[in-house]
Amino acid sequence: MGIDNIWVFGQLAGGEATTGTLELLTKARELGGTVSAFVGGDAASAASALGDHGATKVYATGDLGGALPGVAVAAAMQAVIDGGDTPDLIMFPQSYEGRDVMSRLSVKLDRTVLTNSTSVTVDGDSVTVQTPIFGGTKLVNSTFTGDKPFLAAFRPKSFAAEGGAGAAGEVVAAPVPELGATGGANVTAVHVEETSGPKLDEAAVVVAGGRGLGESEKFDMIESLAKQLKGAPGASRAIVDAGWVPYSYQVGQTGKVVKPTVYIAAGISGATQHMVGMKGSKNIIAINKDKEAPIFGVADLGIVGDVHKVLPQLLEALASRG
Amino acid sequence: MNVIVCVKQIPDPALPGELDPSTNTLKRDGKLILDESDSYGVEMALQLVTAAGGGEVSLVSMAPNDETSGLRTALAMGAAKAVLVSDPSLAGADALTTAKVLGAATKQLGDADLIIAGTESSDGYTGTVPEQLAEVLGLPSITFAKTVEITDGTLKVDRQTEAGYDEVTCSLPAVVSVTAGVVEPRYPSFKGIMAAKSKPVETVTAAALGVESVSWAQQIVSVEDAPEREAGEVIEDDGESFNKIVEFLDNLKVI
Repeated sequence: MGIDNIWVFGQLAGGEATTGTLELLTKARELGGTVSAFVGGDAASAASALGDHGATKVYATGDLGGALPGVAVAAAMQAVIDGGDTPDLIMFPQSYEGRDVMSRLSVKLDRTVLTNSTSVTVDGDSVTVQTPIFGGTKLVNSTFTGDKPFLAAFRPKSFAAEGGAGAAGEVVAAPVPELGATGGANVTAVHVEETSGPKLDEAAVVVAGGRGLGESEKFDMIESLAKQLKGAPGASRAIVDAGWVPYSYQVGQTGKVVKPTVYIAAGISGATQHMVGMKGSKNIIAINKDKEAPIFGVADLGIVGDVHKVLPQLLEALASRG
Repeated sequence: MNVIVCVKQIPDPALPGELDPSTNTLKRDGKLILDESDSYGVEMALQLVTAAGGGEVSLVSMAPNDETSGLRTALAMGAAKAVLVSDPSLAGADALTTAKVLGAATKQLGDADLIIAGTESSDGYTGTVPEQLAEVLGLPSITFAKTVEITDGTLKVDRQTEAGYDEVTCSLPAVVSVTAGVVEPRYPSFKGIMAAKSKPVETVTAAALGVESVSWAQQIVSVEDAPEREAGEVIEDDGESFNKIVEFLDNLKVI
């Protein structure tokens, strides 16, 4: 009884555990019981960080050989569950891979999923998650009513990642069974879009631009200001969809969640889609022509003005400070 | 080349969303429109069928109240026909149930080479249905496609990743979820809108499709207001407001 056996889908990037994974392991450890990580790939170099954040056991599929992780990892998870290790709760990062693995497993086990959650509480056998809706203005508490394991996905930065749990997790092989027709997709090439400066979701300062910039060339001002403040440039969905900047710049519901010390929104009106990704920033500065723009509702400092005037002046003033 | 596109009809996202006070689920009793996220999939399907030199685009959708106005938009863009699963017992259905129902509707339409969905809906955004649908149908899948191409019977996709993108190939039939911006959706022409009025839309119940147990293992316990973030100082730019920003950044010691 109780939630005594928790798995966390361990996502790797370049062989190392992602921050989102370590956040979930930290939370799982706090909830108590046995915590295991389940990794798609080779866990050799990630096992110590996974262990330090709470995973006493690390299931690893081994090299996926180009297979997309969704169906492969879900099939490997099901094989371990069929073999007798039955988790009560499986936590997934709300990432591309996390979503895919969870979706496949949901059908294989015939279990519902709760996604986009930002907190979790356990009371005896019951697990309740909280999910912000309507751009984060309302919080919905939902619980699982069926059989375990419960499947839940959490947004990045919902919990703080803290190490200190102990030794490297024991790596246990969890090979991928024969996938049949479902295994038809294969990665043939990997492209990494290089960016200089701090990563968008880790930077202390984020400068984001939106439709109010008018044209794609004006995004240079955002890049310059970000560089000047040793921060990262970001973007609203509107200008990512318009092709001005790559998707990796996107802040919001379908992009990155950021919580920097300062967030500067230039020419961004503040669609709920966007607000979800930046409302947790410690300080928000907004520059927008429309004084009715929703972004002013969350800004600590709001400038009703033209970004094409304010940004060049700001850049010049900062440059003159040296 | 036959393509099935999963489309969702949603309350107009420009209007403030509302929860049904008795069930705490999103109110969907008003007019529903085609989710913009799905217009990209419809356009992609139309382009693939054209490139293949033949075939047709069909739609599957699920809505609790016989709503077809969103479907008519997609039909006006050029889709040939639609199956709408409309069943009061599906109100508030979870993503898994949705995937099972869409899977059954897909089978009813017959053999498709490709099934396309958006990555997530604009109202519920669970974001799991396309991959769940693939598992229900026993098909391979590629999620978060930013380009889609079919050459010699093989699917080639550039798939969005956190760091950039992957080139992925896949056998057909398959399920693909497409990101917004993958193509520029066409506006329905007047001719298209007129033609859409007479295109076949078959409305069926979940039971008629053989989906028996329509229940889901999750429940909303309560809904609360999030703590409000206080708005700060808002000033009109007088040509000197950049100084305010400098001062603000200075106080925070980021410059």
